[in-house]
Amino acid sequence: MTSQERFSVHSQLEHLQAKYVGTGHADSTKFEWAVNQHRDSHALYVGFDSLSSFFAVAENEAVGRVKFSSLQKMIQPCGPPPPKEDD
Amino acid sequence: MANLGSAGGLHMYALTLQRASGVTGAVFGNFSAPRQQEIAVARGKILELCRPDDNGKVLTVVASEVFGTIRSIATFRLTGGNRDYLVVGSDSGRIVILEFVADKGGWERVHCETFGKSGVRRIVPGQYVATDPRGRAVMVGAVEKQKLVYILNRDSAARLTISSPLEAHKSASLTFALVGVDVGFENPIFAALEVDMDEVETDPDTHEPLFEKVLTFYELDLGLNHVVRKWSDAVDPTANLLVAVPGGADGPGGVLVCAENFIVYKNHGHADKRCPLPRRKDLPPEQGLLLVASAVHRQRDLFFIVVQSEAGDLYKVTVQTDGEDKDAVSEVKVRYLDSVPTCVALCILRSGFLFCASEFGNSGFYQFQGVGEDDESPSCSSLTFEGGDEAAAAAARARRGAVVELEPRPLRNLLHVDDIDSLCPMIDAKLLELGERGAPPSLVSLCGRSARSTLRVVQHGLSVSDLAVSELPGNPNAVWTVKKRKSDQFDAYIVVSFVNATLVLSIGETVEEVSDSGLKPDTPTLVVALLGEDSLVQVYPAGIYHVRADGRASEWRPPRGKPIVQASANNRQVAVGLQGGEVVYFELDETGTLAELDKKDPRPSRRRDLGLEVSCLELGRVPDGRARSRFLAVGGLDSTIRILSLDPDECMNVLAVLALPAQAESAALASLQLGRPGTPPALFLCIGLSNGVMLRARIDQRSGQLSDTRTRFLGGKPARLFRTSLGGGDGVLALSSRSWVLYSLAGALHTTPLSYVPLDAGASFASEHCPEGLVAIAGNTLRIVSVDRLGDAFTSEAVPLRYTPRRMAHHSVSGHVVVIESDHNALSADEKEEEADGMLMEACVGVPRGGAGKWASAIRVLDLAARRTLSVIELAENEAAVSVAAVPLRERGGETFIVVGTVKDMTLHPRTLTCGYLHVYQFAEGNTQLNLVHKTQVEDVPAAIAPFGGRVLVGVGSGLRIYEMGAKKLLRKAELKGLPTMVQSLHVISSQRIVVGDLSESFHFVHYKRADNTLTVFADDIAPRWLTAACPLDAHSLAGADKFGNIFVCRLPREVSDDADDAALMAASAGRDDLALNGAPSKAEEVVQFHVGETVTSLQKVSLGPGCAEVILYTTLFGGIGALLPLTSREDVELLTALEMHVRQEAPPLCGREQLFFRSAYFPVKACVDGDYLTLFNSLPAAEQKTIADDLDRTPAEISKKLEELAARIL
Repeated sequence: MTSQERFSVHSQLEHLQAKYVGTGHADSTKFEWAVNQHRDSHALYVGFDSLSSFFAVAENEAVGRVKFSSLQKMIQPCGPPPPKEDD
Repeated sequence: MANLGSAGGLHMYALTLQRASGVTGAVFGNFSAPRQQEIAVARGKILELCRPDDNGKVLTVVASEVFGTIRSIATFRLTGGNRDYLVVGSDSGRIVILEFVADKGGWERVHCETFGKSGVRRIVPGQYVATDPRGRAVMVGAVEKQKLVYILNRDSAARLTISSPLEAHKSASLTFALVGVDVGFENPIFAALEVDMDEVETDPDTHEPLFEKVLTFYELDLGLNHVVRKWSDAVDPTANLLVAVPGGADGPGGVLVCAENFIVYKNHGHADKRCPLPRRKDLPPEQGLLLVASAVHRQRDLFFIVVQSEAGDLYKVTVQTDGEDKDAVSEVKVRYLDSVPTCVALCILRSGFLFCASEFGNSGFYQFQGVGEDDESPSCSSLTFEGGDEAAAAAARARRGAVVELEPRPLRNLLHVDDIDSLCPMIDAKLLELGERGAPPSLVSLCGRSARSTLRVVQHGLSVSDLAVSELPGNPNAVWTVKKRKSDQFDAYIVVSFVNATLVLSIGETVEEVSDSGLKPDTPTLVVALLGEDSLVQVYPAGIYHVRADGRASEWRPPRGKPIVQASANNRQVAVGLQGGEVVYFELDETGTLAELDKKDPRPSRRRDLGLEVSCLELGRVPDGRARSRFLAVGGLDSTIRILSLDPDECMNVLAVLALPAQAESAALASLQLGRPGTPPALFLCIGLSNGVMLRARIDQRSGQLSDTRTRFLGGKPARLFRTSLGGGDGVLALSSRSWVLYSLAGALHTTPLSYVPLDAGASFASEHCPEGLVAIAGNTLRIVSVDRLGDAFTSEAVPLRYTPRRMAHHSVSGHVVVIESDHNALSADEKEEEADGMLMEACVGVPRGGAGKWASAIRVLDLAARRTLSVIELAENEAAVSVAAVPLRERGGETFIVVGTVKDMTLHPRTLTCGYLHVYQFAEGNTQLNLVHKTQVEDVPAAIAPFGGRVLVGVGSGLRIYEMGAKKLLRKAELKGLPTMVQSLHVISSQRIVVGDLSESFHFVHYKRADNTLTVFADDIAPRWLTAACPLDAHSLAGADKFGNIFVCRLPREVSDDADDAALMAASAGRDDLALNGAPSKAEEVVQFHVGETVTSLQKVSLGPGCAEVILYTTLFGGIGALLPLTSREDVELLTALEMHVRQEAPPLCGREQLFFRSAYFPVKACVDGDYLTLFNSLPAAEQKTIADDLDRTPAEISKKLEELAARIL
């Protein structure tokens, strides 16, 4: 692999990284990883009606309320980010 | 299950028996024709078109499975068009635009453009679709980041065109709602509720996230062909819903932003108008009130908006404009309208009806009686908040007195017209035999939520409602209905034949006996029919009696000693069979006289030897526009049936002979509309045999040849068939020990039993009150019935419950069922009386909320044969029942006790509890009541209980315990700790082997060593599965289902030993209390894998009726019922797999999701053929069917016969 090819692969990866939110990379922190997991899950709860109905029955809430709280939780699913370590 | 034990691969055939009835979305539109009031209803993976009929009953026109998840639907209409298109946002990663083609009787895909990966993903659009109110553009949005705009237009041939997508992405932005703003014919604008997730800060005091929710207007610049963020403005952080206000010439435009407790009118360049919502009295002030559904009604001169709160209250929102400036909003008013169950979607029909698609339970159809213009209803106005700014709103929120309170009341503005039956949510189900032995079993299902909960007894069969039941003087043996003249719409007489007499009843306001019909009363009758325009023919053993309208009568007598034994007649023809085997055929000539045309002896050479008799005759109806039915079917005692030609030039020639497995008892010719609309109807000969089997063969319209014979077992008695009309066409009533009907609906042929008493004879019945009914004889009663809701193969009867049912146990000794009910966030019966005295109609208006961590729960004993509750025990002190089992206890001489697991003060997020209890109940008072024997405290959730050799096996949190019955409490005898999450289900396979279903980590196989009294995990599953249901198939295999809608079968490999010593040695966790990662030494294999698409709530290995194979029956949360049938021959597997592959090529699913990908949504589909998908084969055009069949070396008829056989093996 020439250096140019390597560079192109690298930039392609970066492009994909930006395109597909939540794919993670070598420098992903545990926090980012967890946030992505939670956001993916909550997006599924909203998008897959069977699950929101399932939760609505368990919690005895309206389906609309369950979907709304799932979306609200997506904003910051794992609490505030840990303080950045200065480098 | 023969195939399960064999070493060969297990292969399943999955088929839906009853499609889901829960609703996930609904929109109003004119889809099939201009001005046709219709509703498109999404039910998860099913798209339905519903239409209210003249009586206000909502009927399903067509239901299509899309093999994908429908997440959102919206309609649009091109300018100047008169029909609506449907845009579907699904999990296909494609935008799909559908048009309803009335000629084909179904939806057709107009456009399908790929924009992303398939699946429910957070950045792939499909979650939201919004259309421009003028039909110029559509926006598809994802939950996060992506939004795409497509421009819609017409080409020169007036076909709909779609542009390439225009991006309106913004990374890290979370979308809550999306709507098309009405701007008249200016550039289209879409409004979105968004949060930028990168701009979140944390409140230093409360540690709550602080974020800004904004309303953003995206403008599509049609000139420049791009999308810009035009305007963005902050809204309340609890905003969740947008409603577009009619604009252009109709209103001010802009949007209503619905947030907790408030509605705000917002528009670009316009001041906000904020209006609070009237709140229920019992709603705690700290709890927000969310709006969950909305509908907009627009007429030429007015519009109004209806919104619904999460509690179910409907509000009418009025947007008042200034006198001169139509675009300036002066006031927003919210007025309480009525209370109906909470909906996922509301649709206002132009005809003044409101369709409420309930999120759970039956959907409602209401008519507007008023629009809440009386001044008594609680209402709020934006004017009370001078200026409507944030500070004033906050101040008002603080002033508790300013809140307008409402008390739910009976419907005042709406009139309830119809209920659309729904089993959703189906929480658990058990197939039980409730009636006498041999009767088909019923599916006892726990449905509904909170105050609308029911226990439903679901039976296979069409629902039949009695219109009249009257006793007759004896046991009649046949019944007919006749009209007075051919042009009449309704029947005039019911003719009943007894052993030695005939009774004629006239149909009017009442049904009463008459003697002026002209028919002979003192003889049994073989057949009665209307002949020609207005004359009647009566065939009786001694002759044929032809009565004209003017009273003139003529008679034909058979030769002496040869009475008539069989007869058939239609409007122009009569055929009689004489004793000894002669068939005489008559036809009405031009002068209106009945003329004998020809004589024919069916088997002249063998008559004398065998004394062969005619066992049945059938002429069929005269086809519309023809002079005669061309075929006569003659059944003989030699177990054959012949088709004779009735064409004048080859009259009584034998065209075809079919040998039968048993003697033909009766026959019926029916022409049924199959396949796509527009194809000519096909003629079928149905033959009822003496062994209770019905044969159905297709008759070639030209040659009279019989082909494509199908069989169906009806019941234990000889099958008698009667020609009727059903579903607007021909139908057949088939009677054996069970009553069945055969009819065609939407191009498909249905053979369905009736949920009714066994019948002896029947005929069609049409009157003013009942245009399409049946008149039938059962014993000595005459019954006039109507068959409701053709196409729904299941009927259900409901027994009301108090709280959400959770589980049930069957007490086999008495046959009674114990149901546990518990509601979170609710008040128990005694608390309710204190807090909200006088709450009425809980089923309609809901119950007051108790708050998180508050529970109401009850244990109920029911007698299902009588469909009634025997006793109820209400649990006190915030206890909630979570599990139940009927357990025979060794210490009490094997008497069956009911063990109920409960939790006290449980909260859901996160799960905490004070403690759990195991209640032991003993049956008393003739098994009608439960008496508490004792309570045993446990420290975690006892989510699963099972009997285990006279002892009780209990899953307590993540531990498994064996308890023995003691005098004061249950005594712990053995324990296994450290299962991964929580024991969800327990299955005892043998006295040594137990399978534990873990809540999130699938199955664990546990060995119980009696000598050491130890429990050891020796094998587990490889995949992490969030189990919802499970059932053991044999000693090594289990079927399981998870909450994402997958069904799987996992099996222990043969070589796995359950020797606990080996296992203990090999286990990674040996000597430790908790299991390490991948703890068990052996692993189960997955042998079958299938994605159903809806959360599966119960699994059972059962046979659904006499003559049916053993299947895995599943039920889903949305109320669907389905089955997996193990395929028994290699040949079938190969054929069906190949067919599935071909159908994938020829019939791609409607909403763009590939069937193979859908069935593999979470795990790749394995060893399972999708029967629902294969049934699409029958709706393919004939040429494509032929191509597929040729590739498979079969004929299309053989393939559809195979599919029908498989379906008949299940049910």
